[in-house]
Amino acid sequence: MRRVTRIATVAIASTALAFSATACGKTSDSGSDSKEASAAIAYDIGGRGDQSFNDAAYAGLEKAEKDLDIKGNDQEPSEGESDADKVQRLTELARSGNNPVIGVGFAYAPAIKKVAPKFPKTTFGIIDDTSVTGKNIANLVFNEEQGSYLAGVAAAKATKTNKVGFIGGVEVPLIKKFEAGFAQGVKDTNPQVQVLKQYLTQPPNFDGFAKPDLGKAAAEGQLDKGADVVYHAAGLAGSGAIEAAASQGKWAVGVDSDQYKQPGLAKYKDKILTSVTKDVSDSVYNLIKSVKDGKPQSGEVRYGLAEDGVGLSDSNPAYQKMTDLIAAVDKAKADVVAGKIKVRTAP
Amino acid sequence: MKKFDKDRLILGLAGPALALVVAIALTSVVLLASGRDPIEPYTLMIENAAYADIQVLILNQAGTYYLAALAVAVGFRMNLFNIGVDGQYRLAAMMAALVGASVDLPGPLHIALIVIVAMLTGAFWAGIAGILRTIRGVSEVVSTIMLNAIATSLIAWLILPDNFGVQPEGSNDLTTGEIAESGWFPSVSMGDGGEIYGFTFVAFALGIVYWFVLNRTRFGFDLRATGASQTAAAASGVDAKKMILTAMLISGGVAGLAGMPTLLGDTHTYSLSFPTGIGFTGITIALLGRNNPVGILFSALLIAFLDKASAVLDQYGYEKEIATIMQGLIVIAVVVSYELVRRYGLRRQQQKVGEELAAAARKNREEVAA
Repeated sequence: MRRVTRIATVAIASTALAFSATACGKTSDSGSDSKEASAAIAYDIGGRGDQSFNDAAYAGLEKAEKDLDIKGNDQEPSEGESDADKVQRLTELARSGNNPVIGVGFAYAPAIKKVAPKFPKTTFGIIDDTSVTGKNIANLVFNEEQGSYLAGVAAAKATKTNKVGFIGGVEVPLIKKFEAGFAQGVKDTNPQVQVLKQYLTQPPNFDGFAKPDLGKAAAEGQLDKGADVVYHAAGLAGSGAIEAAASQGKWAVGVDSDQYKQPGLAKYKDKILTSVTKDVSDSVYNLIKSVKDGKPQSGEVRYGLAEDGVGLSDSNPAYQKMTDLIAAVDKAKADVVAGKIKVRTAP
Repeated sequence: MKKFDKDRLILGLAGPALALVVAIALTSVVLLASGRDPIEPYTLMIENAAYADIQVLILNQAGTYYLAALAVAVGFRMNLFNIGVDGQYRLAAMMAALVGASVDLPGPLHIALIVIVAMLTGAFWAGIAGILRTIRGVSEVVSTIMLNAIATSLIAWLILPDNFGVQPEGSNDLTTGEIAESGWFPSVSMGDGGEIYGFTFVAFALGIVYWFVLNRTRFGFDLRATGASQTAAAASGVDAKKMILTAMLISGGVAGLAGMPTLLGDTHTYSLSFPTGIGFTGITIALLGRNNPVGILFSALLIAFLDKASAVLDQYGYEKEIATIMQGLIVIAVVVSYELVRRYGLRRQQQKVGEELAAAARKNREEVAA
């Protein structure tokens, strides 16, 4: 019987692995054979429902559907897929008449490089990348470090223990921009304040963007060390960090969208000091609109503090009462916009 | 040579066939339970697979899967479970990409160097588990899973711009730098359909080597014998420990090749978006293909088909994860149906032998009576 048990082990193990590697199911809209104007987005890992990056892109598409009367298509990636799959996905979307076709995330860069020249009349958008360029490519990029800088200023003002925490989802250059800006903002405001930093996972393990328990454990560690403000740049995993901070009565700083307003986090919202916003949805909407208006965006389209593409939310009433903090943030914002403060993009 | 056994062949095919039917039926049940059309997804997938570009994708993916599954199968034949193929191929691809990008050699030499580095890295990483098993008796199941995690961290560290990684201007990706064109494996162009990676053919050719080594050489016999019974093999003069280590090294070396079709044929660099999880799919495929090179080929094609053709489902309001559910069900069904078929075969054999014995006894009695 030894053989049987061994095979059974194999089966159970590999089934478990197969299921754990599966993203949860989401529905998608139908195909686009019709003649009406349509736009498409292709998601990054995680797909729709990640309450962060991909959802923001989808919000932009949804808004365009409503306001611009276009048809929106969206497609999800498979776990662990290769560039060839992305090439196929973009080709398919472009071939069926979608314009623009937007790749959400830097991973689409090699694919867009291959596909864009084949469809010169279609505009391709890519978020978070400027390495591929072309006449029909719009590079939608954000100054995440500037928004994070303001969060650093706010955290340094809000802390009483002179210790603040930074939690990065996955240790990739993009998230390091958040770290760099935050740390600089803290130091420039109060050099006494110590920044504890931790990344949840290393690529290609992207659990650090997806698993709230990881964010929770990391935040608890930082709180135990005395931090009383925790800033997370960890997507869905960050909701665990917010939970941990809020349940100990400490401040949390959200990311990407105004997390104070997120229904899923309503229980903890009183302790969400502010959020660093990154207006992915607007960038998607603007690109679709520009194509519809016949003046498609092309080349680098940068969203910084000056353009309100990144920023700091102020919907928490407790935040609005901290006049001293708000003054410091406003001053820092003015300085960054004026170019008086240069924010680093790498720690 | 034993003569061609029809019974065995039919029984051999019955396992996978039964598994597939059960998996499809169960998937339809899942679809019905969620209020969907239980048939349409299959027709959509089959229609989608008629397109040339999808076929090329399937073939290329099957080549990659084939290598991963062969690596797993080598271990299985030896009764070793190498779950670490995933870490082995990723680390191997990364090291090969690093070395490939840092040298400039004439074409064939450049490719050969990249491939050899990949195999050595894969073998080295699997060899750690092999040594732990032979010297300390550590189960390779545990050690290879752990080595997967270590490989992830090691790659993440190596690919930092402070170490060996490169962050291309304007990109948020990290790569190992581009391999010069002399290190690109020629592809077969299919026009609009895309390109079939040249290494895909190498992968399938390796299946022949696998068959030959295991079935037609002394070494292959020793390997299978040790897998079947270590003590019996030891009694006949085979050094079981050496066989374990060798099998792990070979398994790792083949695993190292799994990243090559993509690396040499498409990306020419190892980046953060290099495909992952192929090693685990390889386990499914080796199981489904019963460690037989032809069986593995068909299962690799089947799983690649499910992967690629399912992409279309999204557009028609179905979740493409239906294909993933099906893959999971196939694994379970495979194990159950193989066991059923094995027991059925055993019972049939017993019956046959019993009948023969009874016939002989009857004959004896008649002779005595006469």
